[in-house]
Amino acid sequence: MESNLLSIITFIPAIAALILGVFLRGEDETAQRNAKWVALIATSLTFLVSIFVLVGFDPNDTNFQFVEERQWLLGLQYKMGVDGISILFVMLTTFMMPITIAASWNVTHRVKEYMIAFLILETLMLGVFMALDLVLFYLFFEAGLIPMFLIIGIWGGKERIYASFKFFLYTFLGSVLMLVAMVAMFSEAGTTDIPTLMSHQFGSETFSLLGVQIVGGMQTLMFLAFFASFAVKMPMWPVHTWLPDAHVQAPTAGSVVLAAILLKMGGYGFLRFSLPMFPIGSEVMTPLVLWMSAIAIVYTSLVALAQEDMKKLIAYSSVAHMGYVTMGIFAANQQGIDGAIFQMLSHGFISGALFLCVGVIYDRMHTREIDAYGGLVNRMPAYALIFMLFTMANVGLPGTSGFIGEFLTLVGIFQVNTWVALVATSGVILSAAYALWLYRRVVMGDLIKESLKSITDMSKRERAIFAPLVVMTILLGVYPSLVTDIIGPSVEALISNYELALAEADAATKLAAATE
Amino acid sequence: MEQIILFAPLVGAIIAGFGWRVIGDVGAQWVATGLLFLSAILSWIVFLGFDGTTQSIHILDWVRSGTLDTAWAIRLDRLTAIMLIVITTVSALVHLYSMGYMAHDENFADDESYRPRFFAYLSLFTFAMLMLVTADNLLQMFFGWEGVGLASYLLIGFYFRKPSANAAAIKAFVVNRVGDFGFALGIFALFFLVDSIKFDDVFAAAPELAETQLTFLWTEWNAANLIAFLLFVGAMGKSAQLILHTWLPDAMEGPTPVSALIHAATMVTAGVFLVCRMSPIMEFAPSALAFVTVLGAMTAFFAATVGLVQNDIKRVIAYSTCSQLGYMFVAAGVGAYSVAMFHLLTHAFFKAMLFLGAGSVIHGMHHEQDMRNYGGLRKKLPYTFWAMLIGTLAITGVGIPLTTIGFAGFLSKDAIIESAYAGTAGGFAFWALVIAALFTSFYSWRLMFLTFWGEPRGDKHTHEHAHESPMVMLAPLGVLAVGSVLAGMVWYNSFFGHTDQVAKFFGVPYAEEQHHGDDHAKDESHGDEHADDGHGEEKAAEGHGEKGKGEEHHYVFTGKPGEGAIYTSPENTVINDAHKVPKWVKASPFVAMVIGFLTAFWFYIINPSIPGRLAENQRPLYLFLLNKWYFDEIYDFLFVRPAKALGHLLWKRGDGNVIDGSINGVAMGIIPFFTRLAGRAQSGYIFTYAFAMVIGIAVLVTWMSLSGGAE
Repeated sequence: MESNLLSIITFIPAIAALILGVFLRGEDETAQRNAKWVALIATSLTFLVSIFVLVGFDPNDTNFQFVEERQWLLGLQYKMGVDGISILFVMLTTFMMPITIAASWNVTHRVKEYMIAFLILETLMLGVFMALDLVLFYLFFEAGLIPMFLIIGIWGGKERIYASFKFFLYTFLGSVLMLVAMVAMFSEAGTTDIPTLMSHQFGSETFSLLGVQIVGGMQTLMFLAFFASFAVKMPMWPVHTWLPDAHVQAPTAGSVVLAAILLKMGGYGFLRFSLPMFPIGSEVMTPLVLWMSAIAIVYTSLVALAQEDMKKLIAYSSVAHMGYVTMGIFAANQQGIDGAIFQMLSHGFISGALFLCVGVIYDRMHTREIDAYGGLVNRMPAYALIFMLFTMANVGLPGTSGFIGEFLTLVGIFQVNTWVALVATSGVILSAAYALWLYRRVVMGDLIKESLKSITDMSKRERAIFAPLVVMTILLGVYPSLVTDIIGPSVEALISNYELALAEADAATKLAAATE
Repeated sequence: MEQIILFAPLVGAIIAGFGWRVIGDVGAQWVATGLLFLSAILSWIVFLGFDGTTQSIHILDWVRSGTLDTAWAIRLDRLTAIMLIVITTVSALVHLYSMGYMAHDENFADDESYRPRFFAYLSLFTFAMLMLVTADNLLQMFFGWEGVGLASYLLIGFYFRKPSANAAAIKAFVVNRVGDFGFALGIFALFFLVDSIKFDDVFAAAPELAETQLTFLWTEWNAANLIAFLLFVGAMGKSAQLILHTWLPDAMEGPTPVSALIHAATMVTAGVFLVCRMSPIMEFAPSALAFVTVLGAMTAFFAATVGLVQNDIKRVIAYSTCSQLGYMFVAAGVGAYSVAMFHLLTHAFFKAMLFLGAGSVIHGMHHEQDMRNYGGLRKKLPYTFWAMLIGTLAITGVGIPLTTIGFAGFLSKDAIIESAYAGTAGGFAFWALVIAALFTSFYSWRLMFLTFWGEPRGDKHTHEHAHESPMVMLAPLGVLAVGSVLAGMVWYNSFFGHTDQVAKFFGVPYAEEQHHGDDHAKDESHGDEHADDGHGEEKAAEGHGEKGKGEEHHYVFTGKPGEGAIYTSPENTVINDAHKVPKWVKASPFVAMVIGFLTAFWFYIINPSIPGRLAENQRPLYLFLLNKWYFDEIYDFLFVRPAKALGHLLWKRGDGNVIDGSINGVAMGIIPFFTRLAGRAQSGYIFTYAFAMVIGIAVLVTWMSLSGGAE
């Protein structure tokens, strides 16, 4: 069945951006309003159309669906499709973007360019989750960072140059290695088609390079090359330090997109490339990844405890939560991977909402300094309630979506490595400490500071922005089957392929040993 | 009907919390309270009409992933039924009481609407607590477990302007999380081994777990012991047992009705409930049970010593709660689960009453909580005085020794002490509890004497304006007083009677002891055969009805793990043995109580200068007790400060110097090269990036063209 639905979704925002770029002139108020409305309508339309994909999607079919395949320039192919693993990331993106645009309603500086950047960003992010061709994926994956650079670099805070510099540096190093691996993959498999590559067995014979024995051979090397890129995007400890700076300098909407969607590309990459294409490499490197994840959870939670800037605190908290994701993925069992995907989606809503929470008071007071606040509940009860809800969701309170992801990944990891499970589980204590302490310092207490005496509670627009996030956080917390039913079969297929590959490799090694 | 019991409080919370702008302050209070009374009435109907057969009601699927399959469901058995009446009754009364207590509050301005929020939190708490006790799997229990933690956090921090309240709220949540950490690991381990966390499956697998070794961390453990221990760590947090007890006294920052409901009658007993609920696992985990016993005994003793010298009326009762929870754990630890539940039930009545009574005193004394500023309040607060007196008689265990006539605490506490003697062969736990009983009596009477006897002390103005509380506050005290007097005598046989009576009450199959002859053995198998359909115990009971009256008949529990509400292994005869302990053992708590009373009488009525002199002479000991054995200081030194310092260190040194330092080092080499190439600074990076990407793709495309392109 040939359908254009995925392309339509992907390129609606790009076309809207084009329209804005070509037809919208001027910097006056009307032009600004038009730019905002065009962006809001385009992103909302994208979301509406994407619902058709969700409805038409058959979870029990573990193949790619809605596949589109065309020839492109230079013999490259344009191939898109979704499966149980990617479809919800597509939905997350289309769901979050209208919220992001609505949250940018107060932007006054170069509004047209701002909206164009976000629209292009959406196209590129959607492309990442849908691309079924290596080159296409690489294009979307890398190009997606350019609008993000612009968003931080132009609409960011005081030290935006430093932040975007750091962001660039990290991602650049990762990308180079990934590119090299992609070239190597093409030279071995002779194709850039992702489904084909997923069933291709890359070499895994141990060989020595510069005197070092490489267990898992090519697969390990390729894994590491991709890992360099994905680990930075996640971000995993110890390559996480770009994230707090990027978040702090980015405008609110930029932080929301960064936390809610861009961070998920790394996790998606692990599931799309690392596990299916390099199962043996993955297995070899699993202990490293698991320990990096466990360290990330404890380390960044402790660091979060010491933060004085709200956005930094939430950024570090994000790194900790992404630690559960990588841990779940490399637990490589149903609960672990279900949990990892769930955690990514849930973190999209929760961290997005938390950054919006910071944005609400930043818009009023123009500072993110925790000490500048205190006692907001006195004048902002609605805000206090919403912030409380998302604080608790971030802490992983059962009944919110934050709990399900944490719980499933921990259930998954316990079956694999109890030490890692123990260390990671201690994160639930630390997360409660830093999150509640933040809440206390910002919201609780008496309202003493003169500057806050006339602060106003959330407007209707702001409440409307939070409403869908509140609904999703609670709905998924109470009835997570909405997600697990969709991702379950695909994850199951992923795991059985992974285990099959490992078993085959194991048998081959034994055979080789026997013949010797 | 069970669904209504469960969800009425949630509906109440939502209406009160969000609908108060429409229905008004008073309307919100009445809606929440009314729905709670509805729940309470239905709970009693369920409890009294309950036949012991375990029922299961499915509501909605919850977390499903692979073989993990959990649901929102209601498991109704005797344990649940007991908890239902405890929770809804106390909660309904506390709701009613709060209408009076919270009517005016100096922490809020006159035009502030704080009451709907308070009632919403109370109802939300009740809902979470009901979810906890009706769960049919560990995950739903965990939901309730953390849900009550949330409600507790919100209510302790209810006076959000007070820094001390905020600190106490966070402390409560975080310390509980330490317990939850253990609880969660226990759940993971169970799922790992049993492949399910439904109670039915878990219980059925219990005997197997006892034979299983589990590799956890550095070595292998007996699975049943390890899981029981991990789950108990959760119970330690929630029930404020030693090591994790520090949050409970601070939790008194919350309004007093909260202390009565959450931190005395219901939430803190969740740990005891958990241990009893998991009795099928516990019975196969002797080491874990021994730990439970010892820790419970230590807590009972420790908290009682601290309670001796506290001056804040609520803190005295808080430590008393902590101590009484220790008693319950000792009972559970020696395998007398029904006795633990017995004390849980009676304690809920008299401790809620003591707290509400204290609240009435505080209310009448304009929020003065220091007992040193009370005195002679008997005449000013006559009803409150009588209520508190009944509560004191109940908690200290007044009754007629060697009979089953006495206040609620007399029967349940003595049952625990006798079980402790039987279960530990007169060991440490027994003596710790007897001494704790002495202390209990002392501090309870000290509280009474300081508050209601003697001359008025402290601010004269306050004493002049001291007033009795309104009817909405006194009526709940009256109801609880009835419970404090009668609960022990009414349910003595059901919880601590002969094995057959207990078994029948809890729906557990039982039979006569085997060595009585062939026909009895046949009876036993008869009971066993029918046990599966849930009516076996009744038939067995019928079969034995006439013979059972004779003294010579001895019964044993014959249920398999998971049959009935609690599981007691056939070798566990602690309840039977407890009835046969020597007479001096049975009398010992009574003697301890009398000594405690006389000492308090001597110290605070006859010669009130003694306490001061004693504190002077034994200053180090006094300070040690007054400062609660310095637990807070030690924890602050060991955990809180290091965590903050470490966080700061990792941030500045780890992230800053090490990671960024090395990255910047590398960067300084490469970046200037590219920037020079690209020109302007900021967009330069972007350009560089785009440039690098284009080159990358060019390389890829070239390679592909050279090798024939992708087909």
